[in-house]
Amino acid sequence: MQMLSLKASGGQDQTPKAQVESSSSIPMVVLKVFFPSCCSSAESGLLVGHWIPEQNSAVILAVVHFPFIPVQVKQYLSEVRQVTQVNVSVLGTWSNCKKKEESLSEFLEDLGTIFSHEPWIQLCKETDSKFWSCSIIQKHPSTPKEDEIILVYYDQRKVMLSHLHPPGNLTNSTDHKAEDASKLAILFDTVAKSKVLFMKDRYDDGPIKLTHWQSEGVEASIIVELMKQASIPVCMLLTFLLSFVSSVCKSRVLKFWPLCFIWSKLSTCEQLGHRLEHLQVISSNRKAQNQPQLMRKANIFVSLLADVALGILLMSWLYRKNRIGHLADTLIPVADHVAKELQDLLQWLMGVPAGLKMNRALDQVLGRFFLYHIHLWISYIHLMSPFIEMILWYVGLSACLGLTVALSILSDIIALLTFHIYCFYVYGARLYCLKIYGLSSLWRLFRGKKWNVLRQRVDSCSYDLDQLFIGTLLFTILLFLLPTTALYYLVFTLLRLLVVVVQGLIHLLVDLIDSLPLYSILLRLCRSYRLAAGVKFRVLEQKTGKPLRLLMQINPLSYGSVVQTYRLPTYSCYPKDSWGSLCKKLFLGELIYPWKHKGEKQD
Amino acid sequence: MEEREDCIALQCRQYSASCREFSVRCQPVQLRSLSAATCSVWLAAYWLFVLTQNSMVLSAAIFITLIGLIVYLHFVKIDQESLLVIASLGIQMTSSYASGKENTTFIEMSRVKDVVINEAIYMQKVIYYLCILLRDPLDPQSVSEVVPLFQ
Repeated sequence: MQMLSLKASGGQDQTPKAQVESSSSIPMVVLKVFFPSCCSSAESGLLVGHWIPEQNSAVILAVVHFPFIPVQVKQYLSEVRQVTQVNVSVLGTWSNCKKKEESLSEFLEDLGTIFSHEPWIQLCKETDSKFWSCSIIQKHPSTPKEDEIILVYYDQRKVMLSHLHPPGNLTNSTDHKAEDASKLAILFDTVAKSKVLFMKDRYDDGPIKLTHWQSEGVEASIIVELMKQASIPVCMLLTFLLSFVSSVCKSRVLKFWPLCFIWSKLSTCEQLGHRLEHLQVISSNRKAQNQPQLMRKANIFVSLLADVALGILLMSWLYRKNRIGHLADTLIPVADHVAKELQDLLQWLMGVPAGLKMNRALDQVLGRFFLYHIHLWISYIHLMSPFIEMILWYVGLSACLGLTVALSILSDIIALLTFHIYCFYVYGARLYCLKIYGLSSLWRLFRGKKWNVLRQRVDSCSYDLDQLFIGTLLFTILLFLLPTTALYYLVFTLLRLLVVVVQGLIHLLVDLIDSLPLYSILLRLCRSYRLAAGVKFRVLEQKTGKPLRLLMQINPLSYGSVVQTYRLPTYSCYPKDSWGSLCKKLFLGELIYPWKHKGEKQD
Repeated sequence: MEEREDCIALQCRQYSASCREFSVRCQPVQLRSLSAATCSVWLAAYWLFVLTQNSMVLSAAIFITLIGLIVYLHFVKIDQESLLVIASLGIQMTSSYASGKENTTFIEMSRVKDVVINEAIYMQKVIYYLCILLRDPLDPQSVSEVVPLFQ
């Protein structure tokens, strides 16, 4: 052990230029033996496992004890090879005895001639010592140098159950074979595929006695088995119900023009459709093919359960103490209050808003037009007021379908209540947009140019005198009427943006609940070895002359990568307009649609 | 990489011919700086309390101090970094924080292309740092990632 202390003054964080005496630089062949920690106390016997020649490493899977008949052992191993597709064979001998016995060591060497394997590994452990000795016998040594041996202990059960997540996107390429595949992936794969080998425990009355992590007895849980049996008829029932519901939804009755337009605009229908899809995924009869699909199914199931639980909680809170009645009672006064505020705003605009002088006539026309609209809207709300409580009561019941559905209904209610703001925004925007286009076209006429639609560019054009005269007149009129329209447009756009922001926040929350992989996060919390980002090694006590001992533990994935890898896909895509194009659209008066759903045709 | 006025210690251990460990340890948390930070935060909070006569300021200051200390010890202050090199298995980098948390990354030998000393311009000076070049799985010649050691 060498110790070097550096006092670097001046605060430079340079790497120290230290001279460490180097050992011999002859490239040595290193042989790695992966030994399961559960077999450390096993009695003497044969080592059974998988030899990986490209990486010069041996993965020990189990220990076969005396007495055994070699022919039966070979037969059993060939059966296992066929079932698991893993090249399992006898790799060497293992002896665990009080002190070295000559006869035993001779016997073990003789076994090497019966089960020939190149190289033949002999592990010896004395009962009261921590350090093992390991020797390799090679019949035809390819290199005359001495091999160095590294013993790596691993926890068999954890490695078998764990799923390795390689960094980057190595999983995407499927045509990379063994040379690029990581060694760890091969190790994990080997142990995971050898499940059949671990089915035999020591209470089985067979000719072969094995030791591995399950040799004390195969573990199973009654609840899990019962649930597995019960899930098949439940899945079939659910599939039948869902097919019925989806056929009703797809029926022609609901496809008529006004109805299908309304369905596409309401976010509740989108959310319900999304949940229906999820249920279909869960209740399908096909087993999950591989790990990502299994995790996806589990995530959907747990997130659906959590959603429904939160929804029922919300519902019980709402219906206790008749809170929903209070809510319905305050809805009409709130709508009235909003309308009154809008009327005040319009009166302000019709006067002298912020000290600006507006064009009197246009101002009055626009102001009266919008005031009449508000009057109509308030009349309709008052017409509906007796029924509001009942509607709200029944709609509140649908919160039991999930918190996300309740939030979507809230967002839809906000959209319906502020429908007049949306209408005003559209009127103001269209008027402003028309004005801007007119102005730009007449400005080109002013300069003697014209927009060529065929060539999509501006060309010069000679106008007649009367065309120029009328054009200039119209240009002046539009220009001087611009501030009034612009102000109305600005005010209503700001209001509309406010409503959009509130709705956007609700949608964000719904998306979050939809896409969060709750099952994966819980798994990472409770059984962190199931999701592995890699491994970590710890060096155990050493003794010179004995092989290097390392302990391999599973390095779990960080929470951020768990969420990123297992996120569930959602149905809405976020605003595609960048800030620049949004500002441009606002300036030109084009209508902005804040969110587009996947599958909707672009406008 | 932050500047340190005090010393950092390097320790090399050789476990066997094919396994070496290098660990870099830096100064542990000083009582002096800790008490200075706490006192200044609490003095500021007391001054605010005298101004506003609101006792929430004091409890907020206590919360901030506690949470700030926990965050600093758990996420910021690195106590020791070590590099374990095992021949033909790979390279393992461990950082242990002052609160005892350990962050480990293991890079397999097949992914390592080379270990080099790289130089970078930081503010007004040039610093040298040791880093590992990783191999790109699609193109064996090019470098996919540069992993700096001993941050």
